[in-house]
Formats: sequence, C-alpha cells, structure tokens
Amino acid sequence: MGTKETEKKKRGFETFAVVWRVPLIAWQTVFFLGPLLFMVAMSFFVVKNYRMREAFEFVSWAKMLGRHTFWDAYGYTLLLAVCSTVIVSLIAFPAAYALAFKTSATVRRWAIFLLVVPFFTSYLVRIFSWYVVLAESGPVNSVLGFFGLGPFTMLNTMFGTMVGYATLTLPLVVILQTVSLANIDNRFIEAAHNLGCGAFRTIHAVIVPMAKTGLVIAALFCFILSFGDFVSPYYLGGSKPPTLAILIIDTTKSGQQWPRAAVVAVMMMLTLFTVAFSSIWYAYRKRGSR
Amino acid sequence: MSGRDALTTWVLRFYVVLVFGFIFMPIVASVIFSFNSQRFPTVPLGSFTTEWYTAILNDPDIWEAARTSILVSLSTSVLATFIGFCTAYTDYRFKFRYKYGFLALALLPPTIPLIIMALAMLAWFAKIGISGQVWSIIAAHTVLTIPFAMAIIRLRLNEMDESLEAAAWNLGASEWRAVKEVIIPFAKPAIISSMCLTAAVSFDEFAVAWFVSGLNKTIPVVILEIVTGNIDPQVNAIGSFVFLVSMTLVVLAQILFMTKGKRRTVTP
Repeated sequence: MGTKETEKKKRGFETFAVVWRVPLIAWQTVFFLGPLLFMVAMSFFVVKNYRMREAFEFVSWAKMLGRHTFWDAYGYTLLLAVCSTVIVSLIAFPAAYALAFKTSATVRRWAIFLLVVPFFTSYLVRIFSWYVVLAESGPVNSVLGFFGLGPFTMLNTMFGTMVGYATLTLPLVVILQTVSLANIDNRFIEAAHNLGCGAFRTIHAVIVPMAKTGLVIAALFCFILSFGDFVSPYYLGGSKPPTLAILIIDTTKSGQQWPRAAVVAVMMMLTLFTVAFSSIWYAYRKRGSR
Repeated sequence: MSGRDALTTWVLRFYVVLVFGFIFMPIVASVIFSFNSQRFPTVPLGSFTTEWYTAILNDPDIWEAARTSILVSLSTSVLATFIGFCTAYTDYRFKFRYKYGFLALALLPPTIPLIIMALAMLAWFAKIGISGQVWSIIAAHTVLTIPFAMAIIRLRLNEMDESLEAAAWNLGASEWRAVKEVIIPFAKPAIISSMCLTAAVSFDEFAVAWFVSGLNKTIPVVILEIVTGNIDPQVNAIGSFVFLVSMTLVVLAQILFMTKGKRRTVTP
C-alpha cells in the first residue's frame, strides 16, 4: 500500500510537471512551427491562374534564383546589413565604454533603463519622424543652411537607411556592449595600466578580447535586425534597389506569388542561420583554450 | 596626466549624451511636430496648433483602429503572460529531456525577421481558415511576445528562495496550492510588468499585423498606410499618442520589475 501511495504521488508529480509544459508546446506548434514549416513547404507550391496549388516542384526556386533582381537585392541587403553592423558597433563602443568605466553604477542603471524604453516604442513613427527631420527642406538642412552649408540630400540615400538602422539597433547594441564591458574585472585594466599600457592599447589588448563574446553577440543582433528590416530601406533609403524584405512584400502584395515570396524568405533564414551560427562559434571559440 | 584623464572622461560623457540625443531625437521631434502648424516642418517652427489632434479625434477610422489595438494588446498580454509564466515555472522547477528544445521553442521567435513571420503566418492562417480576423493578430502577437514574458518572470523566480516552495509542501500544501500561494504571489510584480511589456510590444507591432489583419486594422497598420501615401502631420499626433501609451507601459513595467525591496516579505 505504501508503494502504491508513492507511485500515485509520483504519477501525480508527472501530471503536474507536464501540465506546465503543454501551453507553450501547443501554442508554438500551432502558431510558430506550423507557419514556418508551412512556409518552407509553400516555396515548392505552384501558382496557376492566380490560384496556389499544393505541390512539390522547383518552379519558384528556379524562377527566383535565376533572376538578377533577386541576387541584386540579396547582395544589396547583405551590404546594408554589414555596413549597419560595423557602423553601429563602432558608434556604440565609446558610449558603452563610457557607461561601463566612466560612470557610477547608478548612472549606468538609469542609462540602461532609458535605453530599454525606445526599444518598445513605435519604430514606424520614429522613422517617419526622421523622414521629416532629414527632408530636403527639413530642420537639419535649415539649421545647416544657417551656417551656409547644404542643403544635403539625405533621404533616399544609403545614409538615410543607416540612420534608420541605427535608430532600430543602437539602443540594443549599447546595452549589450555596456553589460559585457561592465562585467570585466577592473583589476585587469588596472594591471594593464600599471604595466604601462596606454588607453588605446588597453582597449585593444585587454578590454576588447575580454568582452569579445558580448561584443560579437551585440553585433549579431544588429545584423539580424538590419537584415530583416523593411521600414528603413523603404522610407529612408528609397527602396532602390529593393532589399529582400521589400522584395517579399512586393511579391506577396502584388499578385498571388506567395511561393516566390517564400523562396526569398527561406533564403533569408538560411543566411541568418549561417551568420548566427558562425558568429556564435567565433564568439565562444577562444574562451575554452584560454 | 590626471588632467588629460579628466578631459577624456568629460569628452566620453559628452559623447554618451550625443548618442542618447540621437536615440531620443525622433521621439521628441515627433511630439514637437504634432503641435506644429506646418505641413512640412522645418526650423524656425510654425505656430502652435492642436489641429492634427482634432483631425485624428474626429476620424472614425482611427477610433476603430484604436479599439482593435486595445483589444489585441490586452488579449495578447494575458495570453503571452500566462504561457510565459507556465514556461518560466517549468524552466525553474523541472529538468527533463529535450529541455533545450523546449526553451528554444519559447525563445526563438525574436531572432526571425518579422517580415518572414508575417508571410509565414499569412499563408498558414489562410490554410487553416482563420485569416483576416482579430484573433489571427492576437495569435501571432502572442508568439512574438512569449519570450519577453518568459524572460521577465524567469528572472524574478531566480531571486526566490527555493526552500519556500518546499516549505509549503512540508506544511501539507499540494503542489498546485504551493504554486497558488507561494510562487504566484512572489512572481506577481514580474507578472504585472510582463503584461505591460507584452502589451507595449503588441501595441507597436506593424509588420505581422499588416499582413494578417485583413480589415481589422490596428493603429500601427493605419500609420503604415498613411505614411505610404504622403507626408501627413496627423501621423505625428497619432505617433505621440502611441509613444505615450507604450512608454507608460514600459516605464511601469520597469518600475515594477525594479522594486526588489520587498523580496523576503512573502506572506504564506
């Protein structure tokens, strides 16, 4: 009887444990995995007479991958995302450095608090705001004109796109960099100073290598966000040439070419996976051997 | 040497201020433009006006969109927080096979570009026959916000003394009762802050909502459509309202989350 009791209790435990897992598994299977797998399958469907038919053919793949437009968009998107990653990481670093080493813990906490806020506010409205600010006759140009400069064309250029990407990614990159820099033990930096390292040598030889993982992860997030964004290249960059995200929208919204849009989406995912895995591998590589 | 150090420190601090200026510029500018009479704002500014606000307040489409947005973000916040809580508790309490897979299921959505999620969900909802409904937006937004809910509640549970739950069992409480009387009260600030944050994310999300919403447009979708047309300062007025809503939610969430003072005062 005693054993029965414990057995019952044990089974009770298991039900209890499983119940907490069910909501997530059920929801994500139906509304996350389902859509993604279906999208991969959809890239093999065929469209005839504006109607999509389930099939397993490579028509859309051949159509998309055989086109210059696709590869132009692919190259351009990659270029934009890489530029954004490099530029935003470089802009963020001095700020993260200052927040990590030149301010008190209270100021740092408040700074991070403030940086979290924009991440949850409307990105779309912020981009529209930039659109007005950077316009040919907008505030920036009229202030510059006051000093006899300009007017500069900032909209529909790569500069505009970069401003948009920075709006999206800079807060997150500064946060991630600050956290990884603040985790460095100050004694290493003091040791470097005592051994005669100047500020730049300390950054180069001590700080960057020690914070490498965090810096790479921050850059990775910047890349992922920039690579998938359509708002900045569309509204601030003028979408000429279109990026992959814009290509998905155009292909989906005009006509019923969902399978072709799915091909673009799958190519984007493959690229992101490759970049993500290689940068994570790079970020953690040297740690073990040290 | 120390003089140079002090100078570097001040230069760096000034640089931080510049970076923050860049980050908050669009938000501040949008609020200023919303009260500015010029259709194409520039410097010097035009006169003070509330005409853009009057315009949006008299627009029935905006009211309709606001109702949809509120319904969507409230439902999303409840659903995502519930699922996030279950997931966080599972991660906190149990070890099991495939746990990494389980956690990946919860945490992966933010790493996939929204436009891809939008296309995938549009096609999937059409396939299973629930496309173009308010429920489709809610289902999609819940997927996108579960990771935030899970992370916030998980961090809070991290601070809990593990023996508290065990103590409740020893005092004769069933596992269910222990969750109800010990875990939930302890996690309550995180639960509320998770509801605020997930509501904020849902309230601002436009890509997925644009693809799956059909005729049930949310506020960001309306903004997207206006912006695609031309420059219309109404957007600044709607935008300022949207900023106000989401920033209130985010600040509330952070304040709740940061109140750790009452850590140990969980009443049994």
